[in-house]
Amino acid sequence: MLGKTAGGLYWMFRFLERAENTARLIEAGFRIALTRSSDPASEWKSVIVTSAAQLAYDEKYDGYDSARVTDFLLRDPENPGSVYSVIKAARDNARLVRTALTTEVWSAVNETWMLLTERLKHPTPETDLPEVLAAIRHQSALVRGALHGTMLRNDIYDFCRLGTLIERMDNTARIIDVKYFALLPSPSFVGSRMDNVQWETLLRSVSAHRSFRWASDDDFNAPSIARFLILDRRMPRSLAFCAGTLVENLNYLAEDYDQKTRSLELAEALQMRLKGRDIGSIFDEGLHEFLSSILSDTAGIGMQIEEDYRFNS
Amino acid sequence: MTGTHFDEMRGNDSLRAPYQAYEHWFAAQDNARLSKKAGEAEAFFRRTGITFNVYGQADAEERLIPFDLVPRILSNSEWSRLAKGIEQRVRGINAFLHDLYNRQEILRAGVVPIKLVAENDAFLPQMLGFSPPGGVYTHIVGTDIVRTGEDEFFVLEDNARTPSGVSYMLENRETMLQMFPELFSKIKVQRVSDYPKNLRRSLEASAPANCEGRPCVVVLTPGIHNSAYYEHSYLADQMGVELVEGHDLRVVDGHIAMRTTKGYKVIDVIYRRVDDDFLDPLTFNPESMLGAPGIMDVYRAGNITITNAPGTGVADDKAIYSYMPDIVEFYTGEKAILKNVETFRCSEPDTLKYVLDNLSELVVKEVHGSGGYGMLVGPAATKDECAEFAKKLKAKPANYIAQPTLSLSTVPIFTEAGLAPRHVDLRPFALVSPGEVNIVPGGLTRVALQEGSLVVNSSQGGGTKDTWVLED
Repeated sequence: MLGKTAGGLYWMFRFLERAENTARLIEAGFRIALTRSSDPASEWKSVIVTSAAQLAYDEKYDGYDSARVTDFLLRDPENPGSVYSVIKAARDNARLVRTALTTEVWSAVNETWMLLTERLKHPTPETDLPEVLAAIRHQSALVRGALHGTMLRNDIYDFCRLGTLIERMDNTARIIDVKYFALLPSPSFVGSRMDNVQWETLLRSVSAHRSFRWASDDDFNAPSIARFLILDRRMPRSLAFCAGTLVENLNYLAEDYDQKTRSLELAEALQMRLKGRDIGSIFDEGLHEFLSSILSDTAGIGMQIEEDYRFNS
Repeated sequence: MTGTHFDEMRGNDSLRAPYQAYEHWFAAQDNARLSKKAGEAEAFFRRTGITFNVYGQADAEERLIPFDLVPRILSNSEWSRLAKGIEQRVRGINAFLHDLYNRQEILRAGVVPIKLVAENDAFLPQMLGFSPPGGVYTHIVGTDIVRTGEDEFFVLEDNARTPSGVSYMLENRETMLQMFPELFSKIKVQRVSDYPKNLRRSLEASAPANCEGRPCVVVLTPGIHNSAYYEHSYLADQMGVELVEGHDLRVVDGHIAMRTTKGYKVIDVIYRRVDDDFLDPLTFNPESMLGAPGIMDVYRAGNITITNAPGTGVADDKAIYSYMPDIVEFYTGEKAILKNVETFRCSEPDTLKYVLDNLSELVVKEVHGSGGYGMLVGPAATKDECAEFAKKLKAKPANYIAQPTLSLSTVPIFTEAGLAPRHVDLRPFALVSPGEVNIVPGGLTRVALQEGSLVVNSSQGGGTKDTWVLED
């Protein structure tokens, strides 16, 4: 396979994952701002911060509200992280690697792009927002379904998965980091209304609102939520799940190519940091510090994958 | 329009034989159902991404080439004659190119004026004295053919450089098969679906002599923003070969190699869809980012086959075209089977005068132009447009040729109001390898969708049709 093709697959799936994550973030922000929060501006600000778009946003707008934040994140072509921009980038990458995709995957991505560019042509009024967000989630599921259902489990598939997992790990770590203050075991806040709202946002942002209840016998409290999002391998957006699956996929590639790479070593090291950890020790290390190092490790693995498999040179 | 045109379905007085079975089927169809099918076809093309980008359009929107659901039908005997003529012509063109870049006998014999070659930008001195593997220069040729009567076929253009459109031939058939499977069980149509397999075989057969094992073939594209990108990726996909861009390539140990996830891999045959000028920044345009630096050295050392060879464009030239029947005869020793359209060379003073006096009846084309740009269709032009064009013509007469306005044949298209005749042309695709010439039975039929229009180019409002060659 061409290095460029591997890179195209990897980025295509990073962008698709990003579109879905952004949609979910907006959904969570929208819900909280609408129903609970006494301070919607700070809720919307944290959405912008989580999307790593604060600089670009602040350059363009003064202050945070639902209409401007959703417009910026959904359809602003000047924001390279908007759903519009990343869907276009995903589709450009799909065109680039078209010879590596099944017809089903290609059609799903192309259709997603056609449908969403049409939907995002005009500003989305609040009344239509749920429908548009549902469409993004739906299209994302369509592409994922086509990938899982029709692609050969070979290196092509592995590069798609790597893109998804790196992006997802980055996203989950970022979401927890933005809300980390709500997870700190602080005696004065425990059980307060404030905490409950923040926890709900957090869980909704990673589609874990219900699965947390299924998976956790614990009470609805900070350490158990943090443990679930960071360490629970059953949860497909947790850091432990992403790291474990990343190692699995890099191992498939290593076997396939008969070559153990540096990126595999790095991913294994990251996996070891999460394995057998209990949440208390992470709090002792400092949650924010812990998450920052996870974010930088993830970025490092991403760059190492690009180098190991010759995406660009 | 001059005179009455020949309709390939209705003939001059009665329904022509190749269309009989189709007409029978069509008469039994419901117009509303066909309209619905036409809509489905468009949705299919969009979803599949069979689109092209139009140069010079600010919105850079991807466009579809309109597809008409009425096939253009040729009998087997009509096709056999055409195929024979095309084979003869592409053999002639390859012999001509080999001669031009080596002994130049045709110039010495005075059959083609030296000036035409020497002053031609598409003639590449870098190719002099070099013979590509098997002596084949143009491996993939798209010969544009027009028809004016029952037995009147003319070659309008030889596309010996990088002909495009073959993906439409294949997708149009695929679409027809999906929309009207019952038609194909009633009417025996020769297959076109072998084209990608034949293309790969033909490219492999053109590999350098020193290539060991199964040759590694790739398609080289300028990238996703090129107007024909869909076709590049489609052909690579259908052949099962890699689609590369210039930055995937580098010279490794005297060979061109591509960067794979496992390291560099040597390439033996490169089907490039990048123009000569951009092929090698070390030899041609130094600004080019689209090519592979050093590929010309590798090529001249005999370590890669470039298809089509650099410098084949000299045979595409419309001034050279006017000599093509002589060229074919010079090398094959036979009269050309396919006729040329009568062509006036504006470089000759008497001819220029005639052209200027008769501008409103002629089609004037740039010698190096393509895609229907920079041409004047006299009968369709206003007085002002003619006057404007006359100025350009007088300033640079050698830059133009003129041809009579042909009464192109028509084939009906499907409209809400039923069948309506529209002008068509035909581009069959020939594959040339050292051993053989292979022509898939069919081609791309382009149709001018505007009533009365003669311009079939997709960039100027043309559409396409599936082209059927019937079995006997």
